[in-house]
Amino acid sequence: MTSPIFIALRRLRPPLLVLIAVYAVGIVGFVLIPGQDAEGRPVPMSIFHAFYFITYTASTIGFGELPHAFTDTQRLWATVVIYLSVIGWAYTIGALLALGRDRGFRQALRRETFEREVRRRAEPFFIVCGYGETGALICAGLDRSNLRFVVVEVDEARVAEVDLAGYTASTPAIQGDARLPENLLAAGLRHSRCRGVLAVTDDDEANLAVAIAVRLLNPRIPVLARARSEEVADNMRSFRTDHVINPFTVFGEYLSLLLRAPRVYELLDRLVGSAASPETTDRLPPRGHWVVCGYGRFGREVVECFDREGLDLTIIDPDPPADADRPVVRGTGTNEAPLRAAGIERAVGIVAGTDNDVNNLSIAVTARSVKPDLYVIVRQNHTANAALFQAFGADYTVVSRAIVAEHCIALVRTPLLAPFIARVTRGDEAAGVTALERLEAVAGTQRTTAWSIRLSAAGAAAMHRALMLDHASITLGALLRDPAARERPLHALALLLARDEATTLLPPDDTELRAGDELLLAGTNAARERLQQTLDNENVRDYVLLGRDIPGGLVWQRFGRHAPSA
Amino acid sequence: MNVEKVVFAFFIVLAATLNFGFVYGDIDDPTHHDIYELFGAVVVNLVATVLKFGDRTQIGAVHLATSLVAVLQLVIASVVWAYAAHVGGGLDPATTASVVSLSAGALLANFVSLTLLVAETVSLRR
Repeated sequence: MTSPIFIALRRLRPPLLVLIAVYAVGIVGFVLIPGQDAEGRPVPMSIFHAFYFITYTASTIGFGELPHAFTDTQRLWATVVIYLSVIGWAYTIGALLALGRDRGFRQALRRETFEREVRRRAEPFFIVCGYGETGALICAGLDRSNLRFVVVEVDEARVAEVDLAGYTASTPAIQGDARLPENLLAAGLRHSRCRGVLAVTDDDEANLAVAIAVRLLNPRIPVLARARSEEVADNMRSFRTDHVINPFTVFGEYLSLLLRAPRVYELLDRLVGSAASPETTDRLPPRGHWVVCGYGRFGREVVECFDREGLDLTIIDPDPPADADRPVVRGTGTNEAPLRAAGIERAVGIVAGTDNDVNNLSIAVTARSVKPDLYVIVRQNHTANAALFQAFGADYTVVSRAIVAEHCIALVRTPLLAPFIARVTRGDEAAGVTALERLEAVAGTQRTTAWSIRLSAAGAAAMHRALMLDHASITLGALLRDPAARERPLHALALLLARDEATTLLPPDDTELRAGDELLLAGTNAARERLQQTLDNENVRDYVLLGRDIPGGLVWQRFGRHAPSA
Repeated sequence: MNVEKVVFAFFIVLAATLNFGFVYGDIDDPTHHDIYELFGAVVVNLVATVLKFGDRTQIGAVHLATSLVAVLQLVIASVVWAYAAHVGGGLDPATTASVVSLSAGALLANFVSLTLLVAETVSLRR
């Protein structure tokens, strides 16, 4: 990319040449025209005096006629020089102002500022590619979790919105195509603090390009990509993309889980949940006959999920596919006739899943007026319509963008969460239920979150030292104690232990910890902060593990050592 | 043939020749060194410098640097001359020598510029 200085120099070339020419011609003229001294003797003007005269005349200062009063010939030439120099300066200043407003120049300037800001990053950060609705939700979530990020977005107007969003930390944003590796590199792809890349543009191909670029240019950082089509998703997986997120599949899995194992769904909601979590009522989706309106990508996912769970359903779509070997009604579902044709009277629930928010609401309202106790799942396409959906109050409002955003944040913030979710949703549902029961036992109804810790020198300095140098034997149960009063347990529990490639679900309290272990924990935010103290601070650690209240300062440590142990 | 290249080469060569013309002669003899030639050298060197603006190649950067050196030397020489002629009361051999040696330094920079020009042209096999 061109440096702004070079652009400026190149643009200012013509005006500067004109200015030099004007000065040179003016000086030559004065030197050639003879002047007169006070006694009327002809005196040639020196180059120095000519330069001086032109300098103050051209800048419109005008000290008068120097060194002697001018002859009329000289005055004639001075008039010419004044006009020439005014034109020369006007041209130069005009070019300078135009340069300041020039789009390319300003872009180059912005880019340079961006690159400098990224280079100087001292805190870990993520690269978010694409600042659409999903990107903005992800950024807001990362900001809430106190994580830093930089944004690459192709649309200039969206880039401007990053500045207006008012994130807590300065957020460099660049206008550029994320498919181009140079933009990713400028955003700090190879920066030592870069913790991961989130490819969430609206274009599957662009996300794929980002995933590939990250794998090739910096293989050690994780990449998360959104893919709407299965082919692109497969392609991404073949490039070892760490997390591939398809908004509709994610929703389909949640819905299956809600139907099959509502308790596990509740657990995930408590671990992943944030302000953006899907709006649900306490009702569970009933089993029976369902009506699905809209057979697009969303509808297909819903139908697939219902098929998996063995539910009976009828599709309503204005243009139903010929291959569907199930009852299909042609129409939109916004009026009663197609709904009745689809058997709304005997149905237990309806899914309003078209890609038009107004139609979805209309379907839901009509269906409820026909049968008030229907379980209503409604799809919200645009964040801007949130107020309408809230006012309607469906049993389950699906905001696919929010699902993607929330999922992405949870995955990048808590690396161990993905394997845990995979295990409790595919096979180990019983463990999930146990986890939820234990979580309810330790945290009650308080807001909970999931986080991971690593017993390494960087993430848990004091604990790592105890394990490595003192060869202490520390059990998980001993670790999860309150640093304020060690007889009380922390409001937290361990969900997963990762050690040497193997993972253990719900490790028991007597598990001995080893240096390098990774733990996925769930609990309240307060518990998270307290546990971090135990991990980082040696005095807190010794109190929690051994019950010794060790004096902090050097002097007291010396006395304390000689005191008889009680 | 490219008009831009002709103009570019013209000004670089003219800058060097004018500079040489001014320096040529006994170093401390004011009559050997025409001040108008120095003026011409300053103007042409300024034009040559501006023409080199905005070239991002390595050779373009060196070109610009040599021109900036030449302009700097020539401007200092002009200031020394202006001071001697108008404040110090005429050019004596000592001041003439210092004006000429300053512009001789500029000449060296201009020779480097010329060499670059020739090297660039020779490496261009068209």
